[in-house]
Amino acid sequence: MSWETVVGLEVHCQLGTRTKLFCPCSTASFGKPANVNICPVCTGQPGVLPVLNRAAVELAFQAGLAFRCRIEPRSVFARKNYFYPDLPKGYQISQYELPFAQGGTLAIAGKEVRLHRIHMEEDAGKLLHAIGSEELPYSLVDFNRAGVPLIEIVSEADMRSPEEAFDYLTNLKAVLQYAGISRCDMEKGELRCDANVSVRRPGEPFGTKVEVKNLNSFRAVRDAIAYEVVRQSRAREAGEAIRQETRQWDAAAERTEPMRSKEEAHDYRYFPEPDLVPLVAEEAWVARLKAALPELPAARRARFVAELGLSDYDSGVVTAERALADYFEEALAAAAPEAGAKQVANWVQSDFLARVKAEKTSPDRAPVRPAMLGEIAKLVASGSISGKAGKDVFAACWETGKKPSDIVAELGLAQVSDEAAVAAWVDEAVKENPQAAADFRGGKPAAAGSLVGAVMRRSRGKANPALVNKLIKEKLAS
Amino acid sequence: MSALTSLSAKDIAAGVRRGDFSAEAVVKSHLDRIAAVDAKVRAYLCVLADSARAAARAVDAKRAAGKALGTLAGVPVALKDNICLAGAQATCGSRILEGYKAPYDATVTERLKAADAVVLGKTNLDEFAMGSSNENSAYFPTKNPWDLARVPGGSSGGSAAAVAARMAALALGSDTGGSIRQPAAFCGLVGLKPTYGAVSRYGLVAFASSLDQIGPLARSIDDAALALSVISGHDPKDSTSAPSPARDYLAESAGDLGGLRLGLPREYLEGGLEPDMQGALESGLDALKARGASVREVSMPHTRYALSVYYVIAPSEASSNLARFDGVRYGARRHGAGGSLLELYEETRGAGFGPEVKRRIMLGTYALSSGYYDAFYLKAQKVRTLIKGDFDAAFKDVDLLVTPTTPSAAFRFGEKTDDPLQMYLSDVFTLPCNLAGVGGVSVPAGKSAQGLPLGLQFMARPGEDHLLLRAARAVEAAGLFSGEPDL
Repeated sequence: MSWETVVGLEVHCQLGTRTKLFCPCSTASFGKPANVNICPVCTGQPGVLPVLNRAAVELAFQAGLAFRCRIEPRSVFARKNYFYPDLPKGYQISQYELPFAQGGTLAIAGKEVRLHRIHMEEDAGKLLHAIGSEELPYSLVDFNRAGVPLIEIVSEADMRSPEEAFDYLTNLKAVLQYAGISRCDMEKGELRCDANVSVRRPGEPFGTKVEVKNLNSFRAVRDAIAYEVVRQSRAREAGEAIRQETRQWDAAAERTEPMRSKEEAHDYRYFPEPDLVPLVAEEAWVARLKAALPELPAARRARFVAELGLSDYDSGVVTAERALADYFEEALAAAAPEAGAKQVANWVQSDFLARVKAEKTSPDRAPVRPAMLGEIAKLVASGSISGKAGKDVFAACWETGKKPSDIVAELGLAQVSDEAAVAAWVDEAVKENPQAAADFRGGKPAAAGSLVGAVMRRSRGKANPALVNKLIKEKLAS
Repeated sequence: MSALTSLSAKDIAAGVRRGDFSAEAVVKSHLDRIAAVDAKVRAYLCVLADSARAAARAVDAKRAAGKALGTLAGVPVALKDNICLAGAQATCGSRILEGYKAPYDATVTERLKAADAVVLGKTNLDEFAMGSSNENSAYFPTKNPWDLARVPGGSSGGSAAAVAARMAALALGSDTGGSIRQPAAFCGLVGLKPTYGAVSRYGLVAFASSLDQIGPLARSIDDAALALSVISGHDPKDSTSAPSPARDYLAESAGDLGGLRLGLPREYLEGGLEPDMQGALESGLDALKARGASVREVSMPHTRYALSVYYVIAPSEASSNLARFDGVRYGARRHGAGGSLLELYEETRGAGFGPEVKRRIMLGTYALSSGYYDAFYLKAQKVRTLIKGDFDAAFKDVDLLVTPTTPSAAFRFGEKTDDPLQMYLSDVFTLPCNLAGVGGVSVPAGKSAQGLPLGLQFMARPGEDHLLLRAARAVEAAGLFSGEPDL
């Protein structure tokens, strides 16, 4: 009998606020020198007090609403006490017994994953053990991140495969980005994930779970879970018990390893934070935040199918990221009415996404702006340029940032649809290819291909292909 | 002694505003007084002579420029050394903060400066405000100006001694379980612990966050009222600060006591009082009745649990509040070369904290531990609610509660140091007030046979601190206490 995989995920996500959770320091620290965004509050000077950032609360509540959680009318901040040099106060302000959101769901392919809870907390600082490549005989602390607002989204143990975990994270990120809650840039530490993994025989109670940390990408999450499932099921096959422990993923070695000194359970001595009053979620406030939530990925995907006639697949691709879906809609607005949604979606999925990936950029930073891509689609759809020329225009647009119509003019790519001019090229092509003309007349329609090719060579690709086909047929039928 | 050091804060401010004397002269006379007597009293941990003179000159220049001066113009104020003043030390009476300089002003410090007061220095205290005698200061014990063989009380003993010995016109202290009121009683001063939330805690180094409150120590009700008017009012930097605006406590504390109902809680008096204290209480009650107040007995049945509840909640919060003193970012770091992180923590905190602080950190850590939390911390919070309920019930029948501030007058050095519980019991009348979050004041109401000050305490509904001052004013006006320490 096979082993069933059981996965629950804990995702830490940085709320996209300008300032920290309890002080007015900036959160924009990526790439900045150490300890520039700090103040007495976030470095835990004696006597300071936290003041809750309302903007962070609003984003957190919107996250809860986006996942259809129950927003608790009253939640309470708690102190999580432990000593570590990156933790300035010797405790982290978090939420424990009374988090602000409970329940909720997130749809992945074929199922709904239930959420357990979401709570708010502050981030810690960062330890530096080296400067550049030089190892230090001591450690330095950077408090730029200390006090940055986070939410921790805890799922139920509802996922049954590494792929489901991957899907969950992909969709979770999409929702958070769509709702404008977080940029979710994993490289900047804006999204962090720990996985709780266990195996069991189907139908049995949950097995002992192992917490896996140091997962720096969605792929790492998927691979680490897959590794753990193999490790745990082999151990179980061999009759060994699974030890409840925390392991870390070594991406280079592609395996998990036990983390040091995590053997004994920490006693965090949680208690309600006496420096903050309970957070009261007034109904009208929550209703306003709910009304202000932007359209979420599932709704947008459905709308693109229902209103724009996209296939479910195409709609899924263009709505995968909010930035791409926004891009698509803007491009479509510029392309209409000549080019339709399907054509614009094709442009977005083929030339555009390929280039975005190749250049490791993002839709909102791409040099070809949505109005430009829309114009290219429009030029092709209206027959002003050929499809082939459209691709060249796209490439030139990307390089130069110039308007598509200017590039068409500069490169002389405008398609020739003038009957007299095309007819003259057809006459010459027929004269030069008597055999092909004879074959066509003799009942071989495929012979038209070489005539079309000859016309295209003469016109340097600018002859309108539909008109070329029509005129060849007319000429050889007479 | 210069006449200027005998003036009240109110008269100093008025004199400076009128130009009777300069702020600089006021500061100079107080600095001279400190030079003359602080070697005996040892109230100050540090005297900020230069910055005080500069601040005084700035006040004089402001007046010379024709600008209006603030409520406390030129008034020399002492700050307990757990209240932050930018650029000055904030040792909290502890070795662990030796050499630390606060990088910012507490809200009360900002407000004092804005009112044109002059900070003279930082005063001694029991380490991290944990103690009732000043004997827990890591530096030296402050002495009671009325009898140098006796304690000034604590933890704001330095602030009380400075004001009693005319080394400051006014001082700020902090009160977590009686730390303003008890030293005020021991030193013959008015000491006010405002309603929780009335004064911002921003910049007060936390001992027990849900109990701590800053308040004034003064030689008169007027001065306490002026100080409270300056330091109170909403502060957006303190989430537990009440949303009320600034108030004029001088005006609000005027008026007679007609119709005011006073309650005498039976449980506070069950053990019987020392004859001197009994006498002070009776004279005080007579004075109050003479001014139109009525007195009746009330019952507050959960009073006997207050001490136990306090010694679970205060150490629990303290164990967390004091975790930041780890030697990583500031203060005195101690560790052997190449030592581990754990050694850094152990050596820094082992050497930096004194025995009483360690005792309370251990008590609090234990009470919050997994498996003990429900039986200790949570249970204590529930009983705290019952104690608060006693106050709510009493305040349905009476407007103010009146009790002695302390069981006895100031005790001798060493008298209670061997028995922490005896020391804790010296705060038995003042602790419940902090647990309930209500305001309390101590006012001098007589002297013991040995000539030591005795204090009466009033407690009022949250937000009615003006009534505390009004009742205390009646005791003050009765002239039950007079004189000044002979140094």
